[in-house]
Amino acid sequence: MIRLANVFKAYPKGDLALKDVTLQVAKGEFVFLTGHSGAGKSTILKLVYAEERPTSGEVKVSGVNVTQLRPRDVPLLRRRLGIVFQDFRLLEDRTAEENVAFALEVTGARESAIPARVMRVLSQVGLAAKAHAYPRELSGGEQQRVTIARALVNEPTVLLADEPTGNLDERASRGVFQLLRDINASGTAVVMATHNLELVRQTSYRVVELQHGAMVYDSAVDEAGRAESGTDA
Amino acid sequence: MFRRAPLLSALSITTIAFSLFVVGLFGLVAVNLQRSLEQVAERVEVVAYVLPGTPIEASTLALGDIAAFPEVASAEYVTEEQALKRAREELEEFRDLFQELERNPLPASIEVRLKPEFRDARHVRDVADRLRGFYFVDDVRYGRDWVERLDRLRRIAGAVSLMVGAAFAAVAIIIIGTTIRMAVLQRSREIAIMRLVGATDAFIRRPFLLQGALKGLCGGLLAVGLSYLAHLAVTRLLFAGTFFAPLQAVAIVAFGTAIGFAGSAVSVGRHLRRV
Repeated sequence: MIRLANVFKAYPKGDLALKDVTLQVAKGEFVFLTGHSGAGKSTILKLVYAEERPTSGEVKVSGVNVTQLRPRDVPLLRRRLGIVFQDFRLLEDRTAEENVAFALEVTGARESAIPARVMRVLSQVGLAAKAHAYPRELSGGEQQRVTIARALVNEPTVLLADEPTGNLDERASRGVFQLLRDINASGTAVVMATHNLELVRQTSYRVVELQHGAMVYDSAVDEAGRAESGTDA
Repeated sequence: MFRRAPLLSALSITTIAFSLFVVGLFGLVAVNLQRSLEQVAERVEVVAYVLPGTPIEASTLALGDIAAFPEVASAEYVTEEQALKRAREELEEFRDLFQELERNPLPASIEVRLKPEFRDARHVRDVADRLRGFYFVDDVRYGRDWVERLDRLRRIAGAVSLMVGAAFAAVAIIIIGTTIRMAVLQRSREIAIMRLVGATDAFIRRPFLLQGALKGLCGGLLAVGLSYLAHLAVTRLLFAGTFFAPLQAVAIVAFGTAIGFAGSAVSVGRHLRRV
């Protein structure tokens, strides 16, 4: 599904943001990316949705080599991904419904099909009743749900969430996290960057930890190793 | 777009309207100046005095040839009697003197008027030279100094109009470009979000181009309206001026629309390359 092979990323003025990262995310998998601020979590996500290009190495999404993607094909890639941010990135002058519909409009979806699809995802995230509310009229948790609905409306195969609970209180965080789990349960792969270890510990999902741009821990590898040594013993 | 940011849209249309209004006002001055000069130029006339004793048939025969010159609008034969009559009417102070004359001292003449496009010093001189070639022509007068001065005046007016007009147009382009750019920057967040959800550049660009052109069109129409009000005020208070020909008014509106469109294309293009 997602494959990063020996990826290095250096920003023009800064240090190495990623050092030799090799990572695979399988179809339908839920993966936590953890680590301190600046560890490289967001950079990995940006490479996946082609906001950034790796300095070296290869990034593939659903078999498409993102590294060699022409700029005009980037929108097509992004339509297959759902992206959720810590700061929501909703359009303040549009209602919840319009914000979600917007993601369909840009793809050139048939206008008559838009309202039903929008209502379906808003119901899925539990916000059907607030479809006509503007972002400023919604709580943080609700705004994040609108963002998730917007990410889901194009039926992505992968949902990329960059600190989706970063701006939320504990209760709202739990609600949003549960929603992401439900989405994953229905078959969508989820890659979630977070430093909320509470959430990470609650589940047995795969955890990838980054430090200063390098992958220092991958629970999948660790478990495989442990299983291997168990067999040996 | 207008619905979402009505104040900013109204503001940019007003800005565009006023910058084009300045261009329009200058255009009105230029149009009226040109018209005044044309009116002065209408008086450009070449008079060929006929040698005394020339048979009238010879002169009138040549009149056809002269009228056929490409530069000539009309050629008229003025007999000695007509010249005297005119002198009596026009020069009242000398009426007594003309009454007492035993012999008419005024010669017959051929008065030649030129077509508007040939009323400059060079063509007037050309025609005068050809008239001198007729054997019965004694002398040719056309107010050489005056025609040359008029020529100079027209050249200066043309050059000044061009320079000042270009300067005003440049200022309008800069102001309108900045206004449009502000509208694009105001929506940079929206553009970033559009890109994240998979909008193509063409999709993002389209509404901006439409909006830019529409703002330019509205601004241009307003500017023409304001210019017309200014024209009415001048006509009522000062003198009867001329307003733009329909094509000139359309040109101002088209100018606004084009800058609005081009300004948007440049601003959005630059913005898309950056984000």
